Amino acid sequence: MFDLKDLYQEVIVDHNRSPRNFHRMADANRIAEGFNPLCGDRLTLYMRVNDHGAIEDVSFEGSGCAIFTASTSLMTERLKGKTEAEAQSIFNGFHDMAVSDVDAPVDSATMGKLSALAGVREFPSRVKCATLCWHTMTAALANTGETVKTE
Amino acid sequence: MSLDIQAIRADFPILHQQVHGQPLAYLDNAATTQKPQCVIEAVRQYYERDNANVHRGVHALSERATAKYEGAREKVRAFINAASLSEIVFVRGATEAINLVAQSYGRSNLKAGDEILITEMEHHSNIVPWQLLCEQTGAKLKVVPINDDGEISLEDVESRLSKRTKLVAVVHLSNALGTINPVREIIDLAHGQDIPVLLDGAQATAHLAVDVQALDVDFYVMSAHKMLGPTGIGALYAKQELLEAMPPYQGGGDMISMVSFEKSQFAELPYRFEAGTPNIAGVIGFGAAIDYLQKLGLENVAEYEDGLLRYATERAQVFPGLRLIGTARRKASILSFVLEGIHPHDIGTILDRQGVAVRTGHHCAMPVMEHFQVPATVRVSFSVYNTMDEADRLFAALEKVREMFA
Ligand SMILES: Cc1ncc(COP(=O)(O)O)c(C=O)c1O
Repeated sequence: MFDLKDLYQEVIVDHNRSPRNFHRMADANRIAEGFNPLCGDRLTLYMRVNDHGAIEDVSFEGSGCAIFTASTSLMTERLKGKTEAEAQSIFNGFHDMAVSDVDAPVDSATMGKLSALAGVREFPSRVKCATLCWHTMTAALANTGETVKTE
Repeated sequence: MSLDIQAIRADFPILHQQVHGQPLAYLDNAATTQKPQCVIEAVRQYYERDNANVHRGVHALSERATAKYEGAREKVRAFINAASLSEIVFVRGATEAINLVAQSYGRSNLKAGDEILITEMEHHSNIVPWQLLCEQTGAKLKVVPINDDGEISLEDVESRLSKRTKLVAVVHLSNALGTINPVREIIDLAHGQDIPVLLDGAQATAHLAVDVQALDVDFYVMSAHKMLGPTGIGALYAKQELLEAMPPYQGGGDMISMVSFEKSQFAELPYRFEAGTPNIAGVIGFGAAIDYLQKLGLENVAEYEDGLLRYATERAQVFPGLRLIGTARRKASILSFVLEGIHPHDIGTILDRQGVAVRTGHHCAMPVMEHFQVPATVRVSFSVYNTMDEADRLFAALEKVREMFA
């Protein structure tokens, strides 16, 4: 039987309790907001991208459920130092994992710590909690200035 | 009289199942209640034996269908003690009933500068239709605030009534807080200034005995699915003299007596407000649900549910880190709360895996969430088939939540 601990793994509980990179960024040059109306998850994502398209720094502010908070925290850790193209490709891998079949193998070599979130695929109503930050990241990089909504 | 809860549970087939390997504890009755076998059976029999259009055919099936459909109208009338069958209009539910009043009564009676008075604890369906009406007419919405127990005060109602107030619309039993509003007193205050009152009874009718004549309420709206009946059907009660003066809400078949291209004559009440082929099976199921509730007796239901709510509230009050949202002196059925440091959606998921179904979210009452400064709550809502044992399972499951986030 599916164990709740598969969803609420140590890593997730830990990142929820003490989210990393959880602050405003005064010198951000990419900012986007995300909102999940169903859960009320709210997010402001800050990024500083240099002239070579590399993400120098990422941080966030917001509030929401544990899946949302941990996913966003883990994402900010993962994105630092990556190029925009690499960020998109990690998102693609993350998205595929989050909506994959429950029995599909998880590519933990590529996903690293992010594979802690694979458990959401058992919970269709919670996938949005895990992916909101990634959609917001895409909007920040595109600098559209629009609030990302999950519906 | 005390009810035999095990016998009642046996009437609800859906309750006897496992969810994620655990027996289901269905505690989301404010969203929708489960249906007893007699309701399911009434709908099935209609489709198996009597299916035909109503008010039209001269053949046997149509006559049977019409008799059952109109029989259900009489059940609704008697259930809320309306004076006449003409005052019971079948609609899709509470939402459509409120929209009907806003668009028909509202548009023909309100103008720029007029006011509609609601409360801070309304469901979105008793806010948005009035906002639409305000946009169309230039009228304004005024709001009676709630206190930190989730109650409104009559002084606040009175001080917001004025010559400009053309309608008061208030929830009878709040779906987000469980508050029972002092509707009798509100109606007296409004009528003192000749202002009609609409009560949103979507939650109330499954838990409180309602007598529209004793209340002297002008409009009362209800949804069958929240009172053991089918989805997609409900009723609007409106005083006859109000309905008579109201223009039709939708045009079509069944609501006319004569149509020509020059002019159509509208049918008598209540048919004038029931355009098109109605949800016949739904109406028949609605009638069966009322029979079932009448058989149990609303006083007995209320007494039993009050006991459950009191027990759960006492346990909640001593649960570590739990904050109740909605602590009104008069409450029914609903226990809304948050746990310190744990988001309601995480709680909902963990409870679900233990077979306990609750609602988490804003409960279509975002202004209430705003008032209490929470993004969402966990809402437990009891029906007559719930047990103390299920309440215990809720708190055992909440212990698990605390362990996981410890
Ligand atoms: C207080 C209240 N009013 C209105 C409604 C709307 O009812 P329906 O969706 O059946 O039209 C609800 C349902 O959630 C409710 O709880």
